[in-house]
Amino acid sequence: MFWDSKIETMEREELERLQYRLLKTLVYRLYSFSAFYHRRMEEAGVHPDDVKTLADVVKLPFMFKRDLRDNYPDKLFTATKEELVRYHVSSGTTGKPTVVGYTENDLEEWTVSLARALTSCGLGEKDVIQVSYGYGLFTGGLGLHYGAERIGATVIPTSVGGTERQIELMQDLGATAICCTPSYLLHLGEVAEKMGVSIRKDTKMRVGILGAEPWTAEMRNRIQDWLGIKAYDIYGTSELSGPLFTECTEQNGIHIWGDFALTEVVDPKTGEQVADGEKGELVMTILKKEALPIVRYRIGDITSMTREVCACGRTHPRIMRITGRVDDMLIIRGINVFPSMIEHTLMGIPEVGQHFQIVVDRKHELDTLLVRVELKPEAFSDKITELMKIKEMVGKRLESALTVHADVELAEPGSLPRFEGKAKRVTDRRKM
Amino acid sequence: MEHEKYFIKQISVFSENKPGRLAAIAKAMEDEGVNIFAFSIAEADGFGVVRALVNHPDKAYRKLTALGFVVSFTDVIGVKMRDEPGGLYEVARVLGEANINIEYSYAYSGKEAAVLILRVDNIRSAIEKILAHGGTLMEAAFFR
Repeated sequence: MFWDSKIETMEREELERLQYRLLKTLVYRLYSFSAFYHRRMEEAGVHPDDVKTLADVVKLPFMFKRDLRDNYPDKLFTATKEELVRYHVSSGTTGKPTVVGYTENDLEEWTVSLARALTSCGLGEKDVIQVSYGYGLFTGGLGLHYGAERIGATVIPTSVGGTERQIELMQDLGATAICCTPSYLLHLGEVAEKMGVSIRKDTKMRVGILGAEPWTAEMRNRIQDWLGIKAYDIYGTSELSGPLFTECTEQNGIHIWGDFALTEVVDPKTGEQVADGEKGELVMTILKKEALPIVRYRIGDITSMTREVCACGRTHPRIMRITGRVDDMLIIRGINVFPSMIEHTLMGIPEVGQHFQIVVDRKHELDTLLVRVELKPEAFSDKITELMKIKEMVGKRLESALTVHADVELAEPGSLPRFEGKAKRVTDRRKM
Repeated sequence: MEHEKYFIKQISVFSENKPGRLAAIAKAMEDEGVNIFAFSIAEADGFGVVRALVNHPDKAYRKLTALGFVVSFTDVIGVKMRDEPGGLYEVARVLGEANINIEYSYAYSGKEAAVLILRVDNIRSAIEKILAHGGTLMEAAFFR
């Protein structure tokens, strides 16, 4: 099923010609109308005339999160107050919040992108979609709300929280899909079980559109097996407009609509493009954005991309699951450790649950890594030696995956914090 | 032989080693009107297992589980010891000679006797050996 089969299955060469035209238009527009971008291009010694092919995008300077912060709230905008129709404000988890403005066309592009994406997940007008992302300044709720309405689905705008009520409504209104963070869905599944409700048996739920925080393939398997739904990864950040792109029913990478965005993956240190299939930092140019231009924006997410045609027939590039953030990376005794690697390892150990906490500290000038995990009730043994074996096994598995020693603490099931929004699992107590 | 009447149902509770956890367990027992006969804490690095013999193990299990604790039942035996020097040696010797391993044990000295509570790797064989040597085992019924 396609929302716009002509665009979505366009030949790659034709798509690249379209991207080139859009890029060229964008660069001329910004050189003429954005003081910030004009200055940036002059500093980089590049003129719009230098962009002669799509590959010439590498001549353009990068944009960083700090550019948005330094120009708080709206100094980068290239739309007038009359043209602006909405603001969203980022959660500010990595610093000062950033403000994103939208023109009517920006909202339309965002909605169309999600309409294509949701259709590619097999959703349509017969579906009842529960939007359990936060509504308000966060882009998740309203973004998916309009995307879901566009495809003709019925929206239940539950927003976050009130989990028991969410479960009742899911049953009573026959919701077939839910959009939320993967950790919230796990929480919801646990609460449902406590209420005696099986998501698998007692609801019509069949699809989860999950994102806004990093998660792993193992977590997907666990969610699918446990809840009996298909779980799809969704991608986007507020600077790009919000959640924009998802996997299709093939579940093999997130389709990035080429007529919306030009995708690059670069080496975070050198800024040079890496080969398709190689991991690096995601860089995006949003080709038709009007209010807040985004050109070669260093998002900080680690992924790889492929330009191979997907089995679903869509020709647009795909990015693979986000495996970490450039700025989430912990350096422990000189070794790069991503929290996602810890999550990945724990998912493969049936004796422990899916929630965890990481505490990094420094004792006697040496970094220490402590991973707190919940013991699964089924793995409980009355014998201390058996419990010690589990603890040691978890420690060994982590050490072999991370190549750095990890202390493990076994916690009681349900005792580690659950997160309804973005998970905050890392505490770094080191004083640098 | 009716071994089962000597199988005492012990509750074991997984607990993080942090202030207030024992109080939480004890409070739950009080709230349910459950009396604790014997009790031990085995502690390891950061966590522990609280083991107890109580008069209403099922009630205790339900309450603790509802509070989010991980609880399991384990069959143990209670051996009456002579409350004088050599009492423990007698019991331990009998089991040692029969090659029965004691996984853990704890004791209490009550009104009627000193009782050694044992978790062994072969509960049936332990019961037979102790009885064959003229030992006395507490019946599970006593703890109800």
